[in-house]
Amino acid sequence: MQASKTLLALVDCNNFYVSCERVFNPKLEKQPIVVLSNNDGCVVARSNEVKALGVEMGVPYFKILDLVKKYNIQAYSSNYVLYGDMSNRVMNLLSQFSPNQEIYSIDECFLDISGFSDTHNYGQLIRNTVKQCLGLPVCVGIGPSKTLAKLSNYIAKKNQALNRVFDISKLSAQAQSELLNTIDVSKIWGIGRKYSQRLKNMGIYTVKDLRDVDPNTIQRRFNINLKRTVLELNGESCLELDTMTQPNKQIISSRSFGQPVYELNELIEAITLYLSRACEKLRQQKQNANIIQVFINTSRFNKNEPQYFKSASYKLPQASSDTITLLKAALQCLNEIYRPNYKYAKAGVMLLDLVSAQYEEFSLFADNDLKLKRNKVMQVIDNINTHYGKGSIHLASLGRKKNWLAKLSHKSQSYTTRWDSLLKAHAI
Amino acid sequence: MEFDLPLFSSSVSAGFPSPADDYIEQRLDLNELLVKHKEATFFLRVEGDSMTGVGIHHGDLLIVDKSIKATHKKIIIAVLDAELLVKQLYLKNDQVFLLPANPNYKAITVTSEQDFQVWGVVTAVIHKV
Repeated sequence: MQASKTLLALVDCNNFYVSCERVFNPKLEKQPIVVLSNNDGCVVARSNEVKALGVEMGVPYFKILDLVKKYNIQAYSSNYVLYGDMSNRVMNLLSQFSPNQEIYSIDECFLDISGFSDTHNYGQLIRNTVKQCLGLPVCVGIGPSKTLAKLSNYIAKKNQALNRVFDISKLSAQAQSELLNTIDVSKIWGIGRKYSQRLKNMGIYTVKDLRDVDPNTIQRRFNINLKRTVLELNGESCLELDTMTQPNKQIISSRSFGQPVYELNELIEAITLYLSRACEKLRQQKQNANIIQVFINTSRFNKNEPQYFKSASYKLPQASSDTITLLKAALQCLNEIYRPNYKYAKAGVMLLDLVSAQYEEFSLFADNDLKLKRNKVMQVIDNINTHYGKGSIHLASLGRKKNWLAKLSHKSQSYTTRWDSLLKAHAI
Repeated sequence: MEFDLPLFSSSVSAGFPSPADDYIEQRLDLNELLVKHKEATFFLRVEGDSMTGVGIHHGDLLIVDKSIKATHKKIIIAVLDAELLVKQLYLKNDQVFLLPANPNYKAITVTSEQDFQVWGVVTAVIHKV
């Protein structure tokens, strides 16, 4: 048992990308806006006005073109430089409110506020500070565990009357039960679609249902993580700040093309770029991959055109993070699956079965000396790319003319990071 | 035959210490002077000449702090009907005025139909000569 009762706050920026755009362009206030993924393919952020029109997260942009026209929806390409800077500002501001902060994503963080009693006013103070200093709206959810703080945040977001701050621990036991009984089990952090269906098959429909189930039964039928969720719903803090971030089990690097691609050599360029990035990430995580998978496909949405979806995997004789070794394997896969005369819309690389590079085994049959040398070369390449910017050094098969690279069409300016892109104040 | 002699890694003090040693301070940093709230501070570029009377000229760089409360007579960035303006805030009898600092421009009386907000408070202007 812990000495003092844990109390956590989850602070979450509302429609973060959209809100960032609005800070620097007041004309967008109250207007329907979407922000699109970096190839302008899918909707990755929606203003409340757009949510009200029933536009789902992740929907391909061209599927909502009718709505865009009808309701004059403004679409922006994602401006990650701007969002990244605003995120840093948010997180630095929020760090003043607690000695312990876990930055959970670009737009949300947990704060340890154990020992605070007037949580409602503290939550309002947090909210007002971010609004005043950055112009960004946030919701604050408070609870005795991460899972309940997340849930409180969800409740604060859904209920206008709560003024964007909610502390579930302030409710009486009965009021808590009544409230949790109105919320679908799928809304719980980490439950997702797959689990919620299985839970519903067991007769567990609401948050309250899951809270009241025997945790050990859940562990037997699912896993230890879901048992922890049940305990967390009961107010027992099982997930410490920071402990959630684990190395990725797989790395995917893929993108839709800005324009359709037909030629093998263009696909080779694309795969080389994606693989280089994936390998960089792999080495950053100090991991090696055992399996590499390459996929190419035509657009699923052009039903009238010939369709082609194909992937191939390659099991490496020895786990590796060496770009050159993995590239050989990737291009072999690509050669196997490439068919001419298709209009390719997307390609990608997946690195699977990742193992820690710290326990790297040296195979009896592999050329270990070469491998050590390659590791050194990769380190140097990564260092140069960190220092001089992404892609300063790359493999020759990357090519120079990236026709297939995504087009950024309606991106806002880098208002906070470039002298020539500052916001204009009119003295008129 | 060769001997490896260890080198002294620390410097040996020989002679008098530098007379400046006791007086070393951090070199002046404009950020320290001009940016009080790092996270809430933004830079904006001036367009127009309605504020020349307070030393704000076309093309100047404004340092704007969003964390400061806008009070009477402060130079502010106002959002008036979705337009960003640099003006002097003037409050009188519950009425909001946005004043220029150039006789060629008129004061703006903010009406209740207008959408008015304060974006931030101007704390300094950088003017290149």
